[in-house]
Amino acid sequence: MSGAAQILRKPWIWSFVAALAVWLATILFTGGASTLGLTQAALTFAAFSIIVGLGQMFVITLGPGNVDLSIPATMTLAGTVALKLMDTNDTLVVVGFLVAIAIGVAVGLMNYALIRLLRIPPIIATLSSSFIVQSTAIWYNRGIRIKPPPVLADFSTASTLGIPNVALIALAVSVVAWVLLEKGIFGRWVSAIGQNMHAARLAGVPVDGVRLITYVLCAILAALAGFLLSCFSGGAALNMGAEYLLTSIAVVIIGGTAVAGGNGNVPGIWGASLFMFLVVSMLNTYGASAGLRLLLTGLIIIAVIIAATRRRAI
Amino acid sequence: MSWLNAERLRLLVPALSLAALLGAVFVIQPRTMSYVGLNLLFNLAVPIALATLAQMLIMMVNDLDLSMGTFVSFVACVTATFLYTDPLLGALILLGCIGVYALLGVVIYLRNLPSIVVTLGMSFVWGGLAVMLLPAPGGTAPEWIRWLMTSKPPVVPMAIVASVAIALVGHWLVMRSAFGVVLRGVGGNERTVERAGWSVLRARATAYALAGFFAVLAGMSLVGLTTSADANIALRYTLLSIAGVILGGGEFVGGRVSPIGAVIGALTLTLAASFLSFLKISPDWQIGAQGAILIIVLALRLLLNRAERREIAR
Repeated sequence: MSGAAQILRKPWIWSFVAALAVWLATILFTGGASTLGLTQAALTFAAFSIIVGLGQMFVITLGPGNVDLSIPATMTLAGTVALKLMDTNDTLVVVGFLVAIAIGVAVGLMNYALIRLLRIPPIIATLSSSFIVQSTAIWYNRGIRIKPPPVLADFSTASTLGIPNVALIALAVSVVAWVLLEKGIFGRWVSAIGQNMHAARLAGVPVDGVRLITYVLCAILAALAGFLLSCFSGGAALNMGAEYLLTSIAVVIIGGTAVAGGNGNVPGIWGASLFMFLVVSMLNTYGASAGLRLLLTGLIIIAVIIAATRRRAI
Repeated sequence: MSWLNAERLRLLVPALSLAALLGAVFVIQPRTMSYVGLNLLFNLAVPIALATLAQMLIMMVNDLDLSMGTFVSFVACVTATFLYTDPLLGALILLGCIGVYALLGVVIYLRNLPSIVVTLGMSFVWGGLAVMLLPAPGGTAPEWIRWLMTSKPPVVPMAIVASVAIALVGHWLVMRSAFGVVLRGVGGNERTVERAGWSVLRARATAYALAGFFAVLAGMSLVGLTTSADANIALRYTLLSIAGVILGGGEFVGGRVSPIGAVIGALTLTLAASFLSFLKISPDWQIGAQGAILIIVLALRLLLNRAERREIAR
């Protein structure tokens, strides 16, 4: 098989093709004037989707029925608590970061405790814990909007060598995730559980431990994204994670990860995240109204998933 | 113990939870123990019960509908605008929506698409259409719907009558009719049903069409209660309907659902919201308390499942 044909068979290729097509359509409209601005904006906003998407990808790869709906709530709580603790103080940056990660660990543990000990389906378990986490964030916030420390605010809005810093962080996280998934034993275990949990258990895979680590990892990544997003936005809002719920699921599936589990991939998340942002900005550029934007976004998502899914083997 | 077979045992937890919650509400606020009180408590449960039944029909064939909230909102907008000013056109639009649902069922089956992503895309489509139809809250409820939803039957309030009727219709449709058996078979073991000669395609398309029908009823009844509509009026119905089906003893895969349980689940979730405001719990924690209630009910179900398995093994 030639190199080109081999690339075209990768599950993530369609997300990049779609992203590229939309990017070109937007550039065409402005005659190339907005190329740098658009690309930087796309990388910045896609970075947050990528970080949560990576966590969601590991959870979905665990098998059918596994999905984490508590990502928005974790993002909100981590951002709120970290910012309030740091209190615009540059010296407390590391403390704030560690607290955010600790919140991710706590939420992940709670999620898996509900799933494993109470045998609640993951969708409902993560949904219930998201309610509790969201309430905690509301109670802790007290309606005050605290600004991030100047060091973090500058870092998250700046670029290095033309690439936004948050995108570089997303890239670093993606590399670690890729190594974990493709090269490490952890990734093999996750895929094995996703393909056949019973067989994996019989083969000696520590199923419970791997599932626990996966849910904790997803929550940690959500906390990291929340921490970065609140620094980037100049404060933590209580609804800041709302759009990331469906976005995290969409970028994973559009990126080529199988919904039934067992087959994850990292590059597709990049393609899908860029695609999701570029679609919205393309429609904005072409002057579509809010309703039309939503409608076309939905139709485009459906078109991409139809093109990307292989035919049923009858 | 023979009268208490497995199916009835499954209904025990939801029914007892509802009874316990209702008892608690009566104790805290004795004035609700009246015709008007009961009607007010369960009024808003009627559209939620219909939406939960729709979601149950889709979960019965092992799929998930993430567009339930936006679809019900769109139907509400159409009801408050077209159905009021031009009933024939409004009816045609709603029939078209049911047709679209049937088409979705066909496409998802034929192309082997993940229902999560397709319905996610459709949620944007319905949301966009709703926003284009009613950018700001407005519209008027048609007279006959308003009359139906505010009617005062003797002795038992309309809300209870409607809920019982919905539960019975759902029960007959799914548990007692030949068609219902085929549908549950498709959810349980698709290949066997296909080999037996039934058309899986036709069964799935009909399941989706029925779900669309009940969702349309949900939107119409909602407008009857609220008298006007808004593009975001029913967004929480997505997660509420899923939680209602699970609370009622249904499961995500295997075709194991209970229509009566689903309606009970919807009633419980509606009541929980009122219960929390009666308890004068700080608004910060109201969302979290709903999550806690979900967890408690499901923990109880776990205990009862263990008892059920011991019973079957005997």
